[in-house]
Amino acid sequence: MGGVGEERRSLPPTSNDPVGLNAYLILAALVFSVGLAGVLTRRNAIGILLGIELMLNAVNINLAAFSRFGGDLTGVVFALFTIAITVAEMGVGLALVIAIFRARRTVEADRLDLLKG
Amino acid sequence: MARAAFVLVALLAVGAALGLVIKKNVIHGAMFLVVNMASIAALYYMLGAEFLAVAQIVVYAGAIMVLFIFAIMFLIPGKDETGPDPRRWQRALALPLGALLLILLLAVVAAVRGTGPPAAGPATSGALYRALLTDYLLPFELTSILLLAAIVGVMVLAKRRPG
Repeated sequence: MGGVGEERRSLPPTSNDPVGLNAYLILAALVFSVGLAGVLTRRNAIGILLGIELMLNAVNINLAAFSRFGGDLTGVVFALFTIAITVAEMGVGLALVIAIFRARRTVEADRLDLLKG
Repeated sequence: MARAAFVLVALLAVGAALGLVIKKNVIHGAMFLVVNMASIAALYYMLGAEFLAVAQIVVYAGAIMVLFIFAIMFLIPGKDETGPDPRRWQRALALPLGALLLILLLAVVAAVRGTGPPAAGPATSGALYRALLTDYLLPFELTSILLLAAIVGVMVLAKRRPG
């Protein structure tokens, strides 16, 4: 991080922080838990992917909040990489769902039990 | 004023997340996800990460959502999740498990102390771009390789097999 140290400066006064770090962490925990409940309750694979999206975004809120309150740019960089990886994951995930639908004519996760012993 | 804005955006984010989980229709779920993404983008802006906010909207509300809607239209013709639920009691566990995770996470968050007033904000966009192209150049380039691999993989997976 040495190369960017001299770039740090105060933000414009319009973005003064109205709430503390804990508020962001609590919000992220709420969204993450709701996302987990969604992943566990959904029956079709696309609904499960939607829940995973929620959880990934909750993590990104944490990264951005820690970056802001810790005074370090790394969190925002990490969040950007997370977004890029999420895009790749969703693309491959939805392609897999389409391939499964072609083969089995269903996207219900409970019916995809070929590997069940 | 700014505090009220945060509460409003937070309520919107959590409400949209709840709507996604409660509504059975996946198209409605995708729409709720757009609302959730937009409110999270507003949160990024409040945190001083403008680039992240714009990237969030472009990538999620733009690209991912089109992909989701396409997949839903393609795969689920008008109905979904019909018939008796083969794993009803397992699914009933989801709510207690989600609540348990929430309690654990809140306990951890409550232990976070002494954050104090925020430090001088680091996330100016200029510094971000500089960091991406200097300190994080290798991960940055690896990400493009990953995206290329994903494109090729998606095309192979979704291709119609002859015969």
